[in-house]
Amino acid sequence: MSIIPAPVSRFFHRMASPPIFYAFVDKLIPWLSLIFIGLTGAGLYLGLFVAPADYQQGDSYRIIYIHVPAAWMSLFIYVLMAICGGIALIWRMKLAEVMMVSSAPIGAGFTFIALVTGSLWGKPMWGTWWVWDARLTSELILLFLYLGAISLYGAIEDRRTASRAVAILVIVGVVNIPIIHYSVQWWNTLHQGPTVAKAGKPSIHISMLIPLLLMATAFKFHYAIAVLQAAKVEILKREQNTQWVKKLIEENA
Amino acid sequence: MNWQEFFAMGGYGFYVWVSYGVCTVVLILLIVYPVQQRKRLLRQLALKQKRIQS
Repeated sequence: MSIIPAPVSRFFHRMASPPIFYAFVDKLIPWLSLIFIGLTGAGLYLGLFVAPADYQQGDSYRIIYIHVPAAWMSLFIYVLMAICGGIALIWRMKLAEVMMVSSAPIGAGFTFIALVTGSLWGKPMWGTWWVWDARLTSELILLFLYLGAISLYGAIEDRRTASRAVAILVIVGVVNIPIIHYSVQWWNTLHQGPTVAKAGKPSIHISMLIPLLLMATAFKFHYAIAVLQAAKVEILKREQNTQWVKKLIEENA
Repeated sequence: MNWQEFFAMGGYGFYVWVSYGVCTVVLILLIVYPVQQRKRLLRQLALKQKRIQS
């Protein structure tokens, strides 16, 4: 007997078919967009208007509502890519390849946001835009891992071979993820320690924690929308000579 | 609180708003770019199909 309930496994089997996945994504995106807009609106309102200024950092701390969610996303997307890469290598599943390569630019985007907002927060608080400490350096390496994955995929003609190469690169790069997470504990650094993801109670007031978690959830939905849009392009490129894409184009024209 | 105070962000306005601005631009690009890419690809494929049929 399978541990996965039949309707769930049936759903995944259906989704493995590109035309069914493509049609499903089209129906899903408006709902994801609605939730994303709602969460972002609530998060920004509570974060910028309702939450009080920080007693040490004044209003500059409000960068936290995009900096920390973006940094979380940069790690989250990378781990997802590695999981997809593993599935792609073991089961040769095309959809896992598509999700992995479609995620790379989005991961790079969130890493870029985390680095730039961190720099803009560091200048008034630490007095410098950048220091070569463990947290900042390992996050910069993460950006290069994403960019490496993108250019490696672009460098190999055959999409399936390219996906396998990218999967290996991404899986090897996973060592960087715990380094980023624990860097603030393992090494002396200017970067402050974890305030939310740590043992015991988060050391952040609830009026600041709620908008932070709202924005973090909103960013997850943004990723879902962006990755599905990118996946649609990738699927069309891969399937352009199939019957269902030809039919889709005729219906579009 | 008035709007002027809000935009000043206690003197940190520049850092806060550039952060939010960069974030907004990147988030929009991450969605707009693949949408444009798909439209372009569908147009190209439609042209190709027409050429083959004619």
